[in-house]
Amino acid sequence: MNAKNADTTVETPPEDLTREQLLGMYRRMRLIRGFEDTAKERFEAGEIAGFLHLSQGQEAVPVGVCSALGPRDYITSTHRGHGDVIAKGCEVKRMFAELYGRATGYCKGKGGSMHIADFSQGIIGATGIVSGSLPTSVGIGLGIKQRGGDEVVVCFFGDGATAEGGFHEALNLASLWQVPVIFVCQNNLYGLSQPWEKTAYKCDLVARVATYHIPGECVDGMDVIAVHRAARRAVERARSGGGPGFIEAKTYRFLGHYVGDPALYMPAEEREAWRKRDAIVKLRGQLLAWGYLTEAEDEAMGAEVAAELQAGVEYAKASPLAAPETALEELYVHFDYLGNPR
Amino acid sequence: MAVREITYREALKEAMREEMLRDETVFLIGEDIADPHGGSYKVTAGLSTEFGLDRVIQTPISEQGFIGTAVGAALIGRRPIAEILYIDFCTMAMDQIVNQAAKIRYMSGGQAKVPLVIRTQGGMGRSSAAQHAQSLEAWFVHTPGLLVAMPSTPYDAKGLLKTAIRLDDPVIFIEHKLLYNTKGPVPEEEYTIPFGVADVKREGRDCTVVATSRTVLMTLAAAETLEREGISVEVVDPRTLFPLDVDTIVASVKKTSRLVVVHEAVERCGFGAEVVAQVAEKAYGYVDAPIVRVCAPSVPAPFARQLEDYVMVDEKKIADKVRRLVRGEI
Ligand SMILES: Cc1ncc(C[n+]2csc(CCOP(=O)(O)OP(=O)(O)O)c2C)c(N)n1
Ligand SMILES: [Mg+2]
Repeated sequence: MNAKNADTTVETPPEDLTREQLLGMYRRMRLIRGFEDTAKERFEAGEIAGFLHLSQGQEAVPVGVCSALGPRDYITSTHRGHGDVIAKGCEVKRMFAELYGRATGYCKGKGGSMHIADFSQGIIGATGIVSGSLPTSVGIGLGIKQRGGDEVVVCFFGDGATAEGGFHEALNLASLWQVPVIFVCQNNLYGLSQPWEKTAYKCDLVARVATYHIPGECVDGMDVIAVHRAARRAVERARSGGGPGFIEAKTYRFLGHYVGDPALYMPAEEREAWRKRDAIVKLRGQLLAWGYLTEAEDEAMGAEVAAELQAGVEYAKASPLAAPETALEELYVHFDYLGNPR
Repeated sequence: MAVREITYREALKEAMREEMLRDETVFLIGEDIADPHGGSYKVTAGLSTEFGLDRVIQTPISEQGFIGTAVGAALIGRRPIAEILYIDFCTMAMDQIVNQAAKIRYMSGGQAKVPLVIRTQGGMGRSSAAQHAQSLEAWFVHTPGLLVAMPSTPYDAKGLLKTAIRLDDPVIFIEHKLLYNTKGPVPEEEYTIPFGVADVKREGRDCTVVATSRTVLMTLAAAETLEREGISVEVVDPRTLFPLDVDTIVASVKKTSRLVVVHEAVERCGFGAEVVAQVAEKAYGYVDAPIVRVCAPSVPAPFARQLEDYVMVDEKKIADKVRRLVRGEI
């Protein structure tokens, strides 16, 4: 792997991250893993409808990236976006409420798993159209530039998006206009059943993106510290007017494309090998080795995360269902869905 | 009010210029819109010189990219007016229009606002052939989340465009390539036209004709001819196809008891079908004759003049249909 920044070793604690920051990242990753596991369980129990694209295995990418962002920065996300939005600050209880179709959900039951948004935290939403968020992210970047802001936008997308026209148009425009957008490809090696290496002749994304004169890095997406450092570099550059950046994080989707996909196309040995590289296990080992975490604290954190998730599910279940007739609401600002002015 | 005659093109430009002066978040984005070219139909000529290239952003040929850019900018409170040179090219940006711009507010549970205007133009009459002469408005009217305006006169063009720019919902603003040079009265003073209010362009007793865009002018000309024959035609221009002012149409049909719907788009599942369905439901019992349409037959726009003329709606086709309808020949 062409991973430049796999420079974190178990022996030495990093100088550029505090214990609190690292513990925060660790907790976030566990929260995402727990959210995904719980969502899967509740889906399989028949309590949640629709599609569920889970991200177990990929947690280090959104957490590494979003820990380099401030509250006013923006993200856009995809169909596999639970981790991205939790990393940026979404509360699991309102996410569960969304999955359960409740009025208290982030999108009041109108978006569901694929479209969780929280505009108040710069979470501009997730799109179910592969590559759909790349051009819009350029626009957010342009808007920031127009108003002279110092925010940045992180656009998360999968490897599958890199063969779409929208990817190329967005990169070209982002580069042309030097907008503060960081394109983060969560390369989990598959786009549904299609292996990444069968999507292009010589799959070198950093080189491809470099042809648009956008600086990029390929990082080990199972190393949250490496991801964080790459993100920090890109964010600092974008924030100070240095234009767009690109990060390819090599990661892995531990489960199928969606809940219910037996993932026959993912070889067992490959899955095993990646499972052994679990980013959460890796960070845990580091935190223990550095004396930042004790076994007891780790257990306590696990219990706390479990309680938060449990409370989240309970909150969702206790919340009122979105009333059926609200299906007709919130289409337009100025009109009802029939076009009558309000 | 002081009124002068200006072209449809000038009216559109005035609307954009005034809104750009009024609100610094308004900006233009699109292909070939900056000076010295000033837009392929010259609607934006002079604006980049006046406002600079930061407010009039000329893009590469990248419809998905720049429409997506406009959507994203709108999502954080900017007010882009994007220009798609030919409505036919909307296909290149359809995901951004239909899946992103139209849907984000709804699927975010009302969090998002998308104050976006996409200006574009369509229509036949210049031998532009199948990929530069379509009338695709029905696609957008069919997409919940979008508003659709289709002005026929300079007055409407200016007033509707100013409103479109001020609305916080995405608007598909469809001009006509053969209207840019048409002239009409436009007040000097500021005015806007609300969406969802039809304009009765001519009053009459015998037949209601609902027409859109350039076919409004054709219908008005046909109505002159028919008037001399003793047939009195009421011409209703919805101006915005969504929201649609059904009440004005229904009231007119109740008065005249006949309805003809006219548009340049192909007939099958066109906008006219919606008008007919609304009238069938809301003016049932008031209609004394078959409800008919004058539209292009459902074929692509052909190139050769005589082929295009054969399929294109014109004054004579409208007059013939109305005449036969009123005489009980249909
Ligand atoms: C434009 C488009 N084409 C196809 C799909 C169906 N689809 C949904 S997710 C997906 C795979 C996407 O792969 P990738 O971008 O790598 O993201 P991942 O699922 O691996 O997170 C496909 C093909 C879609 N949603 N949108
Ligand atoms: Mg993938």
